[in-house]
Amino acid sequence: MNELVFFINNVVISGSVSGSIYAIGAVGVTLIFSIMRFAHFAHADMMTFGAFMVLLLTTLFPAAGASLGVPTAVLMLPLAMLLTAALAVGIDKTFYKPLRAHGVKPIVLVIGSLGVTLILQGLIRLFSGTGGQSLYVDDRKEIFRLALPFEGARAPIVVTEPQIYLFVITLVAVVALHLFLNRSRLGKAMRAMSDNPELAQASGINTNTIVAVTWIIAGALAAIAGTLLSLDVTFKPDLSFFLLLPIFAAAIVGGVGHPYGAIVGGFVVGFAETLAVFNWNVLLRPFRDSLPAWLELPSNLAFVGTEYKIVVPFFILVAILVWRPTGLFKGKVI
Amino acid sequence: MSSTTRPLIDARDVHGGYGGMNILNGVNMTLAADEVGVIVGPNGAGKSTMLKAVFGLLHVNQGEILLNGQPIQNLPPNQLVQRGMGFVPQEKNVFPSLSVQENLEMGAFLKPQNVKRMLAQIYEFFPPLYEKRRQPAGELSGGQRQMVAMGRALMAEPSLLLLDEPTAGLSPLYMNEIFDRVKQINAAGVGILMVEQNAKQALAIADKGFVLAAGQNRFTDTGAALLADPDVAKSFLGG
Repeated sequence: MNELVFFINNVVISGSVSGSIYAIGAVGVTLIFSIMRFAHFAHADMMTFGAFMVLLLTTLFPAAGASLGVPTAVLMLPLAMLLTAALAVGIDKTFYKPLRAHGVKPIVLVIGSLGVTLILQGLIRLFSGTGGQSLYVDDRKEIFRLALPFEGARAPIVVTEPQIYLFVITLVAVVALHLFLNRSRLGKAMRAMSDNPELAQASGINTNTIVAVTWIIAGALAAIAGTLLSLDVTFKPDLSFFLLLPIFAAAIVGGVGHPYGAIVGGFVVGFAETLAVFNWNVLLRPFRDSLPAWLELPSNLAFVGTEYKIVVPFFILVAILVWRPTGLFKGKVI
Repeated sequence: MSSTTRPLIDARDVHGGYGGMNILNGVNMTLAADEVGVIVGPNGAGKSTMLKAVFGLLHVNQGEILLNGQPIQNLPPNQLVQRGMGFVPQEKNVFPSLSVQENLEMGAFLKPQNVKRMLAQIYEFFPPLYEKRRQPAGELSGGQRQMVAMGRALMAEPSLLLLDEPTAGLSPLYMNEIFDRVKQINAAGVGILMVEQNAKQALAIADKGFVLAAGQNRFTDTGAALLADPDVAKSFLGG
């Protein structure tokens, strides 16, 4: 029983946490790709920017959330989403739009986005410092311990307050995105432009508007992902940058240009990571008596050590590019 | 046509092409509001190119194109849609992952208040589309796709519909159906300018025929006159 609790805490919860963050990040990457046809490497740093905005606002108004009973950081999230959306539109106008106007190849935009990554990282570092900072400035991080009503279940299921917010906000974001893409006029036009940009233009759809809407959504989603990640751990200027690989892996696993695929891909990568670093010894230990005597269980039975977690998305990326380059949902090839 | 009536489309001495190379070397075309114009000619004559030039997809570097008397050359396509032009490309003319209904809705993107009324009209006009309205357009047969494409363009209630080889690759059955539909759309007051490979059948429904060769008008006359002309028949209609 305790082994099951251990599994839930270390795989189910922790996999859902990384899965949700990867999913939201990958949706942004995939939407940008489907409209502008380039891999936007500065996406992770837009996530950091969003989290940094939350940190700034929370530091300015530390007690704002207490009156409403929510952490101040969560209260500040909508504002940070707006600011990050504005940043995304501004970056596009300043850097990518002039390049597009010259009709450059996508690779030029990709390199441009690497430049934007460096600019953003430098600027954030300049103002935030390099250390880690908690987004819980004035309030306390609640930790919920759910004891299982079973005989012999001593350890409780542990889930923290930011994790609950993470699951709820991810769900809301996914449902909102689904409704936007399938019910609204602009959302349908976005899908139309992703399908066939020339025909979208021939239908009278203003492609500049769709590009701006895409950046607004991508920026807002990036702010959500960055903030939820920093809430779960702490804010660091390079925190999201290290998620670039798993996020792109998630987008490619799901099929680039396919928002639902990106969500699935996010969870596939998230769970693959947690399962790979999980110590399977814990689950096998109860069956020790039924195992042959010569088989001695090593105390650590993880596929890879935690410090090598990053190889998992890398391996998934290579595998999917070799065996199924269009991803699970038949997306485009980057 | 009396000389006082302003033509719907009036292209004069149009030169244009891609990246400096001219494909059109002085094309003239006039069409009245209620007419069907058909562009025919051998491969590489610039038929589709002319249609694209009218729809702003190609740079016109000499001459002018007037829509209801207003110069429109080199305006972006979305502005031409606003001014009452609809364009159905030959290939990639639907949004494959969007449902049939969503494809049609995109046609009325600039006139969202029209969507309901126009959808009802299009479904009445192309009944097979109603049955398939929830299906992704990419799963339809070629003929049904052509219906979606024409329906999408009609959703904006254009005064001029440009069709690029609407019957290419279709079975004879669908081909006749599309020609019938074109006649009906025209009868409802929409001017039609189309490029066709099936020259004989297309000229038979044409008020005006334009035979292009090497980016210039070779023959310009009524459809019936062109069909009856032995020179046209010999060189362009396969005898």
